[in-house]
Amino acid sequence: MNYVSKQNIDKKMQLVCPAGNLPALKIAVDNGADAVYIGFKDDTNARHFAGLNFNEKRTREGINYAHSKGARVFLAINTYPQDSGWSRWQHAVDLAAKLNIDALIAADIGVLDYAATRWPDLRLHLSVQGSATNAESIRFYYENFSIQRVVLPRVLSLKQVKQVSESSPVPLEVFGFGSLCVMVEGRCLLSSYVTGQSPNTYGACSPASAVKWQDTNTGLQTRLNTVLIDKYKANEPAAYPTLCKGRFEVEHNTFYAIEEPTSLNTIALLPELQAMGIAAIKIEGRQRSPAYVKQVTQVWRAALDVCHDDSKNFQPKKEWLQTLHSVSEGRSTTLGAYHRPWQ
Amino acid sequence: MKPDKLSSIPKLSLGPIQYYWDRKTVIAFYKRIANSKIDIVYLGETVCSKRRLLRRDDWIDIANQLQQAGKEVVLSSMTLIEASSDLSALKTLCNDNSFMIEANDMAAVQQLSGRSFITGPSVNIYNSRSLQLLAKKGLKRWVLPVELSKFTLAEMQKEKPVHIQTEVLVYGRLPLAYSARCFTARAHNLPKDDCQYRCLDYPDGLMLATQEKEKFLILNGIQTQSVKTNNLISDLKELLTLQVDVLRISPPSTHCEKIIDIFYQCLHFEYSVDMANTELQSIMPPGGSCNGYWNDRNGMDWISASRDASAY
Repeated sequence: MNYVSKQNIDKKMQLVCPAGNLPALKIAVDNGADAVYIGFKDDTNARHFAGLNFNEKRTREGINYAHSKGARVFLAINTYPQDSGWSRWQHAVDLAAKLNIDALIAADIGVLDYAATRWPDLRLHLSVQGSATNAESIRFYYENFSIQRVVLPRVLSLKQVKQVSESSPVPLEVFGFGSLCVMVEGRCLLSSYVTGQSPNTYGACSPASAVKWQDTNTGLQTRLNTVLIDKYKANEPAAYPTLCKGRFEVEHNTFYAIEEPTSLNTIALLPELQAMGIAAIKIEGRQRSPAYVKQVTQVWRAALDVCHDDSKNFQPKKEWLQTLHSVSEGRSTTLGAYHRPWQ
Repeated sequence: MKPDKLSSIPKLSLGPIQYYWDRKTVIAFYKRIANSKIDIVYLGETVCSKRRLLRRDDWIDIANQLQQAGKEVVLSSMTLIEASSDLSALKTLCNDNSFMIEANDMAAVQQLSGRSFITGPSVNIYNSRSLQLLAKKGLKRWVLPVELSKFTLAEMQKEKPVHIQTEVLVYGRLPLAYSARCFTARAHNLPKDDCQYRCLDYPDGLMLATQEKEKFLILNGIQTQSVKTNNLISDLKELLTLQVDVLRISPPSTHCEKIIDIFYQCLHFEYSVDMANTELQSIMPPGGSCNGYWNDRNGMDWISASRDASAY
């Protein structure tokens, strides 16, 4: 069943970069992205932030620009519509198909079913929001919607990624760098529990509209609605109050009970990922600036090229790591779940 | 409540135990449940594959005993399936046709396609097209994902295939997230691979509070739950109006039979929902009630207005 991934072993891993607007897309393409992924300006995608994303005209311009330079554009319609909003998701799929997007990244089985039925020639990737953590789950999406790639959730160890790669009917895309979800994507409701809006329903986690930064006598406090997420001493750098990255109390200890503010960085694992036949490395961060996209794309382009040419002697270069650290959440990085002791 | 108003009275179900209880406790618990008013019992470990004090044969024994006591028995599958060993266990579960299976991951849906199955709350069925697709695969009953509201359910009930039954979690802490990381082990500075089964010390999970001492979440191994108990006792009338077929209770470590009894009394006899709610509050685990998701609000909110609508 794993003929596709095996065929892929001799191919070069592709670099898939984020773009929240047209300048970021152009910068990603100019700096060596093989593909750029984007979203429309509404809740049909999981980075539904004010001032971000693409309307029809910008999408067309982005596709033309990428294609003129030999790069591809993927579009994420990866939230879960409810019946009241269904027509918005259907319209988004229709528009994506009419714009000749290179691949649609989707999660909801209703959306995938619609896309596969209405637009049989449209290439489908399963979004990380689809929560497919094993080959049997992937097989469901492959047999029912002919998906051609899966983006794996950031919860598998390297050994588990290898197991999935050996039995998956389609090639895998894994996260290489960026903000780290500790929870299985598509199955985390922490945000809607506090704010009413979740990645699944609204395309945002810990949405800015619920965030409160409060200066108090004892220092800065961050809240989501009324819930205290963290508090900081005078000179302590404050982080955006993503719900799972605050300090909480468990049995009288106050600590990052779920996860520290940190970014995923798997650059040291590239030779192993390449040997497994992973099809593509995904960079997180459609909400980040074009400057971030430029720096991260440059580093990962260089790393993928070096690894491809001589994976046995591959060592992440010091300047790559410095650059990645400088744009990381909390100025720190982790191998996350890939590294078993993290779990 | 007045049964004569109702076209049909929903059944009561008991969801799978979410926590790690020792073997004796589990066996004794289901002996008591066999004598309760519950109609349907979901069995098995759904959270962590390391929790193995009860083996497959033990679960089958319990299933047989409950079936003999007249209960409908469903075996629940794991929610997060990562390792090859998880997948083998799933295949063993799904290859046995003796009991109905609750799929908690698409891997189980894939395994069960072509025969009757149920989906649990972690299978994302957010719209009618998804429900119709799974109906073609053999779906018999689905549990409403917990973050969806009565408004979404109302729309889906209109469109759903006639033979599909709908189940809603009406009582219990909400399953909010799953991770590769074990938060109980982390709280004890232990690696997941040497967790020392600390979950056994927390029969209702490990409390997480904010730095203002506000009780907030429950750490339960790799699962995170709400500290508040999702309590739809005051929303029973709406659940009946929406023709929900099964009402699910997620078992706490104490007072479970009492909770079942309170819901049963409300469904079958003249029993005031206000009184029932007062009784439930007196035996509820710390944290209090919420019904925000059902009312299309923040999940942790408690909307007392809906109580007035259903008090009759």
